[in-house]
Amino acid sequence: MAHQAEVTEDQYVFKPETRKKLYILLAVGIALLFLGLILDMNSGGQEEHGGGHAATISNELVASADQHDAASGGQEAEMHHAETATWLKKLYTTLWMHNVFFTGLGIIGLFFVAIQFAAQAGWSVGVKRVALAMGAWIPIAGLLMLGLWFLTSHDIFHWTHSSLYEEMLPDGSTNPSFDKIIADKSPFFFWPLAGGSFPLFYLFRMVLFFGVWFWFLTQIRKNMLAEDVDPSTSYWHKNQVLSTVFLIFFGLSSSVAAWDWVMSIDTHWFSTMVGWYVFASWWVTGLAAITLIVAYLKDAGYLKIVNANHMHDLGKFIFAFSIFWTYIWFSQFLLIYYANIPEESVYFVERMGSSPYSWIFYLNIILNFALPLLLLMTRDAKRQLSTLKLVCPIIIIGHWFDFFNMVTPGVMHHDGGVGFMEIGVGLIFLAAFLLVVLNSLSKMPLFGKNDPMLQESLHHHI
Amino acid sequence: MDADKNFLVGVFDDEDAVISGVTAVRQSGVKIHEVYSPFPVHGLDEVLGYKRSRLPIAAFMFGITGTSIALVMQIWMLGYDWPMIIGGKNFASLPPFIPVTFELTVLLASLGMVATFLIASDLKPYKWPRQFDIRSTEDKHVMAIDLALNKSKNKDEISSILKAAGASEVNEKSFD
Repeated sequence: MAHQAEVTEDQYVFKPETRKKLYILLAVGIALLFLGLILDMNSGGQEEHGGGHAATISNELVASADQHDAASGGQEAEMHHAETATWLKKLYTTLWMHNVFFTGLGIIGLFFVAIQFAAQAGWSVGVKRVALAMGAWIPIAGLLMLGLWFLTSHDIFHWTHSSLYEEMLPDGSTNPSFDKIIADKSPFFFWPLAGGSFPLFYLFRMVLFFGVWFWFLTQIRKNMLAEDVDPSTSYWHKNQVLSTVFLIFFGLSSSVAAWDWVMSIDTHWFSTMVGWYVFASWWVTGLAAITLIVAYLKDAGYLKIVNANHMHDLGKFIFAFSIFWTYIWFSQFLLIYYANIPEESVYFVERMGSSPYSWIFYLNIILNFALPLLLLMTRDAKRQLSTLKLVCPIIIIGHWFDFFNMVTPGVMHHDGGVGFMEIGVGLIFLAAFLLVVLNSLSKMPLFGKNDPMLQESLHHHI
Repeated sequence: MDADKNFLVGVFDDEDAVISGVTAVRQSGVKIHEVYSPFPVHGLDEVLGYKRSRLPIAAFMFGITGTSIALVMQIWMLGYDWPMIIGGKNFASLPPFIPVTFELTVLLASLGMVATFLIASDLKPYKWPRQFDIRSTEDKHVMAIDLALNKSKNKDEISSILKAAGASEVNEKSFD
């Protein structure tokens, strides 16, 4: 096919109106956050003592599963520190949860770009830079993660409590807070230091992951932009090598990041599926975000080179990986359900059978499996912007609930819940994320005019 | 003259020629019986004016049949006909039924699709496929035109239309 289609360059302009709308979103988020804080500060005290209604079953299970933990909880609080106020703990939890969620959106942007290079994909020239712009959130997410760690880790991560690791107290008596299960896991967090001291290995991994991700982002971005000035295919080939190496690193780091940032909240619990589960959730959310941004750019008159065929591919990605997420979700659930080992099944008892997480547990499956499956099943649905603009927000909100239920129950137990504070923090993060991403997008042409795959993408037809 | 018996066969050398050829032939008012190509040609079904295949609807129907059969079978067997306690779960508990349900959905959908496809594309076991030109399995694109359906034009007229549309040769082909 010898037709060379002509294209005009495309440059996104981050208009002051758009910026203003995002600042309004930010302000609404801050207002909701304060409203939520005030409400929670005033009601926190009573809830803490009266929250035993639906707790019985899960508390019994927790108690039989880890007697150490249940017995030591109260004493430990007396010995070490006054318990952090419920509202503050709730704020910490929601900040951590949102940062993990939005870290995913950032890293999936880079992951998407890397896949396109590694697979030599030709269709994606028009959407690659939207994903690349999402990667601009990675350094901010990294700084936030590190900062939040020092602020919130003592309340979110039970394993940071130093009293869990000493079998004997200095006076020779046995330590009632000693937890053998957690103590055995201590090298994973504290190596090469002693358990209960400074979590050097854990923080090293956090810094390493964000550092390496950011390095790959800057290199791949540099090559993509250099190609605009110098029409040579060498940049594309460099990026292919970089992307392949990045994908190998990402395969390992995304799994370990999921253990570190999500699974270690429920320190006793373990699941071999968690790495995949967090990745699947991140990935489908990221795909929905890329599609949504592309859809709105097209509505605003940009990205003429992206047509129904390219949207169809994005739609297929979302459809397929919604089902992939469900497959991972079910694989994790079924094994734990059938084996019925208390220290594993307590995770689902907390989420399925008790307030305030039960409705979110079931809503999660409806929003992230049933609706995408039915709404995106037909070919037409994947090709039309209107259906994609309906399904993508459903998936993003669905996975927001998914992450809420991954993080919150292990910290807040029966004091958690979705309220103004959670929605407010969510809007703040969303507005900040979009400000960063759209700003980054306005700094480069929307597609590479010298991309060796450009002609293939223009002729893409399915 | 009966339909589906006497054909005029245009042979095209590459996929660009066959796509522009199909457009030209249809514009001149000649009905095309079928186009055979050695590999899928993008956009060919569009220029031929084919409606979208209803195969996905068939797949969905077969799939949902599989889902229903699997669920009804397992719930009836393990819940009512021969209740068994497995792993301390309820007799008819949903989670362990999901893998079998999934498998049966996929199995019925795929088998049903294969059967539907074979029937819809006339590849029944007792049907011997017709070859308009054996080179359509190698490197030529072949356009068959049923003479009985194009009675308004005679053989020579159609032949010259095919030539003008880019056919490298035009042959006659008849089947009993």
